Amino acid sequence: MELTGAEIFVRCLQEENVDTLFGYPGGSVLHIYDALYRQDKVEHILVRHEQAAVHAAEGYAKSTGRPGAVLVTSGPGATNAVTGIADAYMDSVPLVVFSGQVPTSLIGNDAFQEVDTVGITRPCVKHNFLVKDVKDLATTIKKAFYVATTGRPGPVVVDIPKDITADKCEFHYPRSIKMRSYNPTVKGHPGQIRRAVDLMLSAHQPVIYSGGGVILSNASKSLTELTRLLNYPITNTLMGLGAYPSSDRQFMGMLGMHGTYEANMAMHHADVLIAIGARFDDRVTGNIEKFCPNARIVHVDVDPASISKNVKVDVPIVGQVDSVLKAMIKEIKAGERRPDPEPLENWWKQIDEWRSMDCLKYDRDSELIKPQYVLETLHRLTKGDAFVTSDVGQHQMWAAQFYGFDKPNRWINSGGLGTMGFGLPAAIGTQLAHRDETVVCVTGEASIQMCIQELSTALQYHLPIKVVALNNRYMGMVRQWQEFFYQGRYAMSYMDALPDFVQLAEAYGHVGMRIESPGDVEGALKEALDMKDRLVFMDFITDQSENVYPMIPAGAGQNEMILL
Amino acid sequence: MRHIISILMENESGALSRVAGLFSARGYNIESLTVAPTEDPTLSRLTLVTRGSDQVIEQITKQLNKLVDVVKLLDLTEHRHIEREMMLIKLKVQDADQRAEVMRMAEIFRGHIIDVSAATYVVELTGDSEKLDAFVESMGHFEVIEVVRSGVMGIARGDVALKL
Ligand SMILES: Cc1ncc(C[n+]2csc(CCOP(=O)(O)OP(=O)(O)O)c2C)c(N)n1
Repeated sequence: MELTGAEIFVRCLQEENVDTLFGYPGGSVLHIYDALYRQDKVEHILVRHEQAAVHAAEGYAKSTGRPGAVLVTSGPGATNAVTGIADAYMDSVPLVVFSGQVPTSLIGNDAFQEVDTVGITRPCVKHNFLVKDVKDLATTIKKAFYVATTGRPGPVVVDIPKDITADKCEFHYPRSIKMRSYNPTVKGHPGQIRRAVDLMLSAHQPVIYSGGGVILSNASKSLTELTRLLNYPITNTLMGLGAYPSSDRQFMGMLGMHGTYEANMAMHHADVLIAIGARFDDRVTGNIEKFCPNARIVHVDVDPASISKNVKVDVPIVGQVDSVLKAMIKEIKAGERRPDPEPLENWWKQIDEWRSMDCLKYDRDSELIKPQYVLETLHRLTKGDAFVTSDVGQHQMWAAQFYGFDKPNRWINSGGLGTMGFGLPAAIGTQLAHRDETVVCVTGEASIQMCIQELSTALQYHLPIKVVALNNRYMGMVRQWQEFFYQGRYAMSYMDALPDFVQLAEAYGHVGMRIESPGDVEGALKEALDMKDRLVFMDFITDQSENVYPMIPAGAGQNEMILL
Repeated sequence: MRHIISILMENESGALSRVAGLFSARGYNIESLTVAPTEDPTLSRLTLVTRGSDQVIEQITKQLNKLVDVVKLLDLTEHRHIEREMMLIKLKVQDADQRAEVMRMAEIFRGHIIDVSAATYVVELTGDSEKLDAFVESMGHFEVIEVVRSGVMGIARGDVALKL
């Protein structure tokens, strides 16, 4: 039987087991919306802005490991989605974003709501397609999911002109797909793995530095096994938090600009660096000239272009992180050789000494609410087991530092692009994928206003998200830089004319709370967490002058941190 | 260093802009670029000339390989290879002496005169880029009306080949 393009679209999503589609309708996708209306396998979530549709799909994808799916209309629908697509590109989030397009006969005519979506998104997608014939639709969708989820994952855009969704053809969904121009490497080279293991075992001052690639590759177990087998210290990047249990003794905390003193000092003094699914981002390395001066480097990554991009490495291994880690473990276990215990013991002593600096200390006796205290308390009350999404700024760094993540896929933030507005929609996607779990959105009073309209989406779908707003009446991270590097000239970083968030939450049909003294923090959090079926917006009025410590100032090396 | 990179890619509308976009987005330079379909109409072959340190060239080839439309690539500069470029150059020739000189120079450079009018000659010339540069230079005292160059293409010598 022949189906319309719109019906084929829906069948393809069903074949891909897409249970949730985030979207917003418009002229060019109305046939598709009609086809969605006539089925009940794919649940469509109506957001309030297309940027949020993409962030929600990212939350869904990051918290489940499955690809997120988005549907937007042509023109403004597509351009609104671009920020989210760029965000997903930077953080390697597997997404398929479908955009409507004007009918093929009108393409290039400056038709109503026409933009060159394929052109606009080209630099921020893993790949994109324009479907020109209904007969290609199913195969293109198959390819899109395949490309988005394999190798180094990323967003794929499929642009579908309106006439294609009305045209008809036989539906046949390919079981598998082969593309001669796309063959991601899965297994690491055995010779390289042997060389890497040799180098790793010869280390006296080793550091394991692991990133988001471990989570994307579902490799937490293997990473933990390898790290314990070697008894080496480990640090995670912002994107890699949770890949190794943060409560474990071998964990040194996050590294980088706002990482711990011990993690950054250990990096600086390492003789062998084992980089796993991490990409030597400038927020991690600090001044590249001063980065790990004595280390020989092993780098495992599925993306060959990530290897030796910023830092020249000694033993590159291209392959899927989990499979490479398993091969390393096997190689080590098969041999007799183990790390030399004596230098390792000295190394641990040194690390413990750095640790004793207690670089994350803050004033616990303050009369004002310290943001760190809110997050520590949140951790305690949720037993470290909540899904935590975040926006961008100081609160993000504090959440990363103070909400010790013990499991992967629980920390959902915008690392690469640093997109304010990410947190709330990401929490929506996360909560939809985990209906019975606690989902917390840690945010600031500036960031939350970038996608605040999504409070309405949360009400519509009964999502009991807990919004923890650390309200310092400043774009705190901007204020901090202005305090440190611009002699306290606080240009445009004061958040004037703030709304009353309690009333705002209530206007959206939710519960609002304002918390103004440290003594009320725990009680408020408890009360909110107990409201299992309500979204609660907690407006914590925090210490305005608090800064994120420690910090590697721009241009400095990892051993040149500013401590409190 | 100067590198000639040959690329086999899907013969699809967006493919060329992906390659060109990669160069502008990442700040790599393109000295020349030529592209045309191959004997297999689903594939086109693109040759580009770029300059950069070894590290930059390594990144360029990796990033190109990462493009989903790129099927295969070869850095010709890493192999013994032949490089060719074609040039069409239109010169003003005002008298018999000038005509004679252009004919003589064209012959020395193994070029051909392919169009003649009352006051102009068009010379066609192929060779590596240096040879074409040399010809233009040797015509310095003529009035050059226009120069059209194809951009470099190349092929590896011997057994090495860029094919599926
Ligand atoms: C869309 C966007 N615009 C601007 C920025 C730059 N920026 C980074 S952090 C920040 C301030 C965030 O303030 P707030 O949300 O209140 O968080 P705080 O730092 O106070 O915790 C700004 C403006 C950004 N990251 N994203």
